[in-house]
Amino acid sequence: MNIHEYQARQLLREYGVPVKPDFAVTAASEVEQKLGALPGPPWIVKAQAHTGGRGKAGGVKLAKSKDEAVKYASAILGMTLVTPQTGPKGKLVRAVMIAEDTDIAKEYYLGLLADRTAADYVFIGSTEGGVEIEKVATESPQKIARVHVDPIAGYRPYHGAEMARRLGFTGAPARQLGMVMAGMFRLFTEKDASLVEINPLVRAADGSLWALDAKVTFDDNGLARHPEIAALRDVHEEDPDEVRAARHDLNYIKLDGTIGCLVNGAGLAMATMDIVKHHGGSPANFLDVGGTASTDKVTEAFKIILSDPNVKGILVNIFGGIMKCDVIAEGIVAASRTLGVKVPIVARLDGTNVEPARTILAASGLKIIPAGSMAEAAQRIVRETQQQRKGRP
Amino acid sequence: MAILIDKHTRLITQGFTGKHGTFHSLKCVEYGTKFLGGVVPGKGGTMHEGYPVFDTVAEAVEKTKANASMIFVPALLCRDAILEAVDAGLELVVCITEGVPVGDMLFVKNYLRGKRTRLVGPNCPGLISPGQAKAGIMPAAIHKQGPVGVVSRSGTLTYEAVGQLTALGIGQSTCIGIGGDPVIGTSFIDALELFRQDKQTRAVLMIGEIGGSMEEDTARWIKRNFTKPVAAFIAGATAPPGRRMGHAGAIISGGTGTYAEKVKVLKACGIRVAPTPAEMGATMRRVMRPRRAAGE
Repeated sequence: MNIHEYQARQLLREYGVPVKPDFAVTAASEVEQKLGALPGPPWIVKAQAHTGGRGKAGGVKLAKSKDEAVKYASAILGMTLVTPQTGPKGKLVRAVMIAEDTDIAKEYYLGLLADRTAADYVFIGSTEGGVEIEKVATESPQKIARVHVDPIAGYRPYHGAEMARRLGFTGAPARQLGMVMAGMFRLFTEKDASLVEINPLVRAADGSLWALDAKVTFDDNGLARHPEIAALRDVHEEDPDEVRAARHDLNYIKLDGTIGCLVNGAGLAMATMDIVKHHGGSPANFLDVGGTASTDKVTEAFKIILSDPNVKGILVNIFGGIMKCDVIAEGIVAASRTLGVKVPIVARLDGTNVEPARTILAASGLKIIPAGSMAEAAQRIVRETQQQRKGRP
Repeated sequence: MAILIDKHTRLITQGFTGKHGTFHSLKCVEYGTKFLGGVVPGKGGTMHEGYPVFDTVAEAVEKTKANASMIFVPALLCRDAILEAVDAGLELVVCITEGVPVGDMLFVKNYLRGKRTRLVGPNCPGLISPGQAKAGIMPAAIHKQGPVGVVSRSGTLTYEAVGQLTALGIGQSTCIGIGGDPVIGTSFIDALELFRQDKQTRAVLMIGEIGGSMEEDTARWIKRNFTKPVAAFIAGATAPPGRRMGHAGAIISGGTGTYAEKVKVLKACGIRVAPTPAEMGATMRRVMRPRRAAGE
């Protein structure tokens, strides 16, 4: 789960990381009154939307007066930010943050994440702050410092000292870096984060360190034990169909193709998309109905797939193990009837109770095309959708 | 032979009395697995489906001589369930549950170092040695005893692969689902090391997916250390970057973990990769009979 920058800054503050004062508003009318408590001008006015690259897209301004702050805030609120991360559709800005400005002597990068290969935590530091760290890692890997932390031993002051040495910090800033890292580590492990990133971490002219931009993401699997973190979720930032699918315990990711896929299991769902593409089609979605689908769940899955106007056909691929094929077949029939499905459906069912499932589909009188294998199913649905495109209404 | 599980394995279930724990434990019994009972804190001393329930794993070990467990407890209780099984000295722990936080697994993975316990999972279908025993949720009927070891990050995609092998008349020694999470107990290399030493296993089918670099690391290891034939499939050729494809571990991040990179490294290491998921079985067969394929 992602959160907004102003929320990430507040969390870092709570964990002892130095962050300049700020506030966030959803209406420009609130700006003037709240500015009274904020040191400045100048102030930074920043669009709050779950994407990087906001500055280049026009979502970050420096205000030198109250009037300017109000003017920029009203311009940014309601704007659609288009960044490389958002794609051409962009993201509507619903909140704006105004923060005290920081003087910058030097910018650094400091991030903390789980290293899945080493099975530990790793701090990543760089003297190249304010730019994309992936870019630095590819172009000048020697400028990246990694300090690993054992999950059982936890963060120790020598980790901070080592990072300070690698980044060229001495004296008070080196000690402050250790405090920043200790706070990041506590935040990460206590709240089940998956990324805590300060980019840039800036050193001011007086040597003090400040977290300027912050990104914190959370492990969805840990949210159940952190209701205060789950409450930070902004559903406006997520795809409404994906939010709806998640409510029904379906794993759905919208793509831009024309063939809807309904599959059980994440690996098989990915493989189904792959084989559709291999045979010349393009998948409209990833959808994993999970291990325990009921008729209701299958109906809901059909509804979500069909809510995408690009869908010209649906491929059902179920390898029944625990999930019984006849239950899925009943679900397909019920969903097709209630929803009046107009697009062709190819159903490939295999495994537990496949015979009664075929009987159910055949007896339904609906046009559901059975397929014996994954390859046959993929070829058939591609052919069906292409025929449709070639002139049939 | 086979690896990790066989007819001598003495299995218990942690979280036995829940819906899934009950259903799948009984399915394992039906397959012929030596099943001895379950562990549910607070229900010790009772019977469930004709099997004893214990309060702790240590008690179950003391009274039944169990050496393996299957875990069905809720995700946020898995860390403690695994640690308890490790401390009780079990040789094999299979965690089926999906949704264990990564932080919990980082702790568990490091706690396991130097211990005798082998953890499989979490977020996995478990494992089966056809004709002998199973500790998992896979449909037993699609399996057939034979020479191919199967190791996979997926569940249903593994069933698909096994179904193809069996349809071609190719049986399996042991099929292991290692799980779809970023941090898991048993890696591809761990499983291959065991397959290497197993006489029944003559070839291995490896099913990977996008995310992380385990497939690449494994391919390089295979080139240096593994002489039995290996075929592979990687799922996620069409997965968009930055999105988690159902499995917590299946995500392309910062340009790493892509399908193209994995396939490139696998091929460079001499591993035959099935071009589509429909050809996993056929690719395995081709790799197992190189002479015949060359003469065709």
